[in-house]
Amino acid sequence: MRRLIASIFIFLAATYLMYNLVALSGDPLQDLRDSSAPNKQQLIDARIKLLDLNVPPFLRYFLWIGGVLGFRGKGFFDLGVTVQNQPVNILLQQAIGSTLQLVTIASVIAIILGLVVGITTALRQYSGYDYGVTFLSFLFFSLPIFWVAVLLKQYVAIGFNDFLGDPQIVPWIIPICAVIAGLIWMSIIPAKSLTRRVITFAIAAAATAAVLVYMDLSDWFSYPHIGIVGVALSLVGAAFGVTAISTGLKNRRALRASLIVAVIGIAVWYPFLNFTTGLPFWGWVGLAVVTVAVSFGVGWLLGGDDKMPVARTAAIVGFIAGAVISVDRFMQVWDDYANSGRIKGRPIATIGSSTPGLEGSMWVHGIDLFTHLLLPTLALILISFATYTRYSRASLLEVMNQDYIRTARAKGLTERTVVVRHAFRNALIPIATIVAFDIGGIIGGAVITERVFGWTGMGALFQNGLDHVDPNPVMAFFLVTGSLAILFNLIADLVYAGLDPRIRVS
Amino acid sequence: MSNIPPAVEQPGHHEPGITDAENSIELIEIAGLSQGQIVRKRFFRHRGALVAMFVLAFVILLAFTSVGFQFGTWKTGGWWQYTWNIAVAIENGGRPTLSLFPFAIGNHPFGQDEVGRDIFAVVMRGTQQSLMIMVIVGAIATIIGTVVGAISGYYRSWPDSVLMRFTDVVITIPVIVIGAVLGRRFGGFGAPVLAVILGLVLWTGLARLVRGEFLSLREREFVDAARVAGARDRRIIFRHILPNAVGVIIVNSTLLMASAILIETGLSFLGYGVQAPDTSLGKIISENQVAFSTRPWLFWWPGMFIITIALCINFIGDGLRDAFDPRQRRMPTDRALARANRVGGGATPAPVPAGSANLSDAATKVTRPGSGTIGSDR
Repeated sequence: MRRLIASIFIFLAATYLMYNLVALSGDPLQDLRDSSAPNKQQLIDARIKLLDLNVPPFLRYFLWIGGVLGFRGKGFFDLGVTVQNQPVNILLQQAIGSTLQLVTIASVIAIILGLVVGITTALRQYSGYDYGVTFLSFLFFSLPIFWVAVLLKQYVAIGFNDFLGDPQIVPWIIPICAVIAGLIWMSIIPAKSLTRRVITFAIAAAATAAVLVYMDLSDWFSYPHIGIVGVALSLVGAAFGVTAISTGLKNRRALRASLIVAVIGIAVWYPFLNFTTGLPFWGWVGLAVVTVAVSFGVGWLLGGDDKMPVARTAAIVGFIAGAVISVDRFMQVWDDYANSGRIKGRPIATIGSSTPGLEGSMWVHGIDLFTHLLLPTLALILISFATYTRYSRASLLEVMNQDYIRTARAKGLTERTVVVRHAFRNALIPIATIVAFDIGGIIGGAVITERVFGWTGMGALFQNGLDHVDPNPVMAFFLVTGSLAILFNLIADLVYAGLDPRIRVS
Repeated sequence: MSNIPPAVEQPGHHEPGITDAENSIELIEIAGLSQGQIVRKRFFRHRGALVAMFVLAFVILLAFTSVGFQFGTWKTGGWWQYTWNIAVAIENGGRPTLSLFPFAIGNHPFGQDEVGRDIFAVVMRGTQQSLMIMVIVGAIATIIGTVVGAISGYYRSWPDSVLMRFTDVVITIPVIVIGAVLGRRFGGFGAPVLAVILGLVLWTGLARLVRGEFLSLREREFVDAARVAGARDRRIIFRHILPNAVGVIIVNSTLLMASAILIETGLSFLGYGVQAPDTSLGKIISENQVAFSTRPWLFWWPGMFIITIALCINFIGDGLRDAFDPRQRRMPTDRALARANRVGGGATPAPVPAGSANLSDAATKVTRPGSGTIGSDR
């Protein structure tokens, strides 16, 4: 609590600094002074009156903060007006949604991916996979985000849209992909002997080739789907995988519970795909909650003596099942979306945050969101992903060398328990700091990314304000991003307390 | 925010699984060497860093000799036939003449832009500017960060609270945001001024790290000994503590330079960095991004140079970290280990605990933290 108050005061000081810097960064009347309008002086006077420009910035700040705190009679959180006399509050409302979506989705994906890759590289230290990822993350660190964004626009969006015009995989691509996938899996999966390695390679390569051939033959890119076979395979796989990581396959109750959840998922696949056309967004969220709750309940009922781990495992499997089925449902409308009058067969968007005037169900809007978020999110993820990978790898390696890990091994715990229970939790503590710290970097990256992809989000608000030497919109941008940073720091503190019982939230 | 506190690099002196054989190799290797020699030796063993150093030296040489250097009115010539600000007749539709098979450089290896400026010359000039900005930013941010961190870490109490609260205030504002605001005001005064301004923004992360280092070093016995012997604060700081903290400072200022170059190019891209008529790598990309479909070479080459420079610096930083970290031991190769075993009369090999081979592998080997602090602000 004390830290929260302290950080709010620091934030206030930062807004003061920021306000003055912006206000002093140029002459807000420049465009009027240069103009040749006959009523030039009138316009200048009007703007001075509108923005209180006769008050020096270091005092004008208090007028602004008074407005924000509701002392100026225009209600609470009044952010003032821009140079063009538009209320900043309305502009902010329009801008905030798309940017927060982008930043949040990019952070969450980057954290998950970074953790997974970082931890697997730490567990396979000095393998080819480790060296490959290390080099890649160095490369990603060194990429200018705007450069990547333009490349993505050119090759991923335009190239992929061209490809969708005639979706045929060139035959020589298939063996290349297969060999690459095989090599990757071979270096990830532990193998003591050469034969095991070769077998891993062969299975991975064959599976990749089979999937690609199937996609090619079934015209998958025009009519993407997972299908009942895909759903069944992935759910059963998820049941085994989650159980293996969460409780270990020896825990038969957990395995049984997750398999039951998977079977329920397979059973609801057909009704879900066909009777959810009019489902509103909140209905979908509600269903997700119900799914997790039901799976948790299944786990709880089958849990026996130790209910909690089983219920948790089942809930995770339930969540994955919901996600897989929803993805299939989204894919169902892909064809309609891609060939609708607004899209005209070029689905991956390069500009804007949504298709204007698009009508349709929640599913269509979901796809629309996906196609617009895809490239900016990729651009943002690449860089944070590199940071998180390096840190989680270093952090886990550090932990794996600690005495308590040796103790845990010595008392005969399985490798899974040592890694997941003892090492992973402790490795997360430093990562939480970095994630909270990095959010500023992601927001900064978002300003640039939004510019490249022509979003009218917070980045545009910031840039327009700065170009007109207008502190009000810039401060609106900073208020939101700064609060976001404080929020993430707070979450990091709570995560600490959750991870490390020695730390208490006061 | 270019530096993140290396929370993962807490001192841990226990290294399970280091066998006597490994120890003896390590000891033989550093016997009778000074700190500087050990660091140099370790650095040169880091192959990536070594290659990166040569590449970077090549880029610097290329950039500064080819089109010459201009500072104010003082100007040197270069060996390249064109300059960055003079347009010549467009040949070959402005396409690059560089080709590898058969190898040929041609008149315009990187092509020309729509008005006919030679892109090689433009990119070289941009590289010069970006490199110069990088060095100035690195120097200024390092000095401020070290001074602030040293004062607050050494004196603690009120200077610490004041300086650290101020650091917190600056750190709250995303680097790109405060950089844009300041760059808009000062970008027009030329690249060196912009570099100074960026240096005034980027010191915060380093200050925090140096403070942490000073806080732990000032409690050590050798500092007490110096104080008892009558050394003044200045002497303790400069002669006793600073040399011990120099590893952290060097490594992080290197990485800070890598993020500085990316921030500068990002700001120039947004239009708040280097202003015309001068140019920088980010500005070239910004000017030409609309022409990507027709003249992609305007876009590829500056980007390649940004990546090359940033990648080289990151690798050098990694090499330096490995070299400076006292806990850092290079994994001896199997052959070296076997040789040491033979020499040492068969010291016990590293015990391999039961369980997954790879896991025990990771645990037995010495930690090689790949990343302590790498800037990530774009």
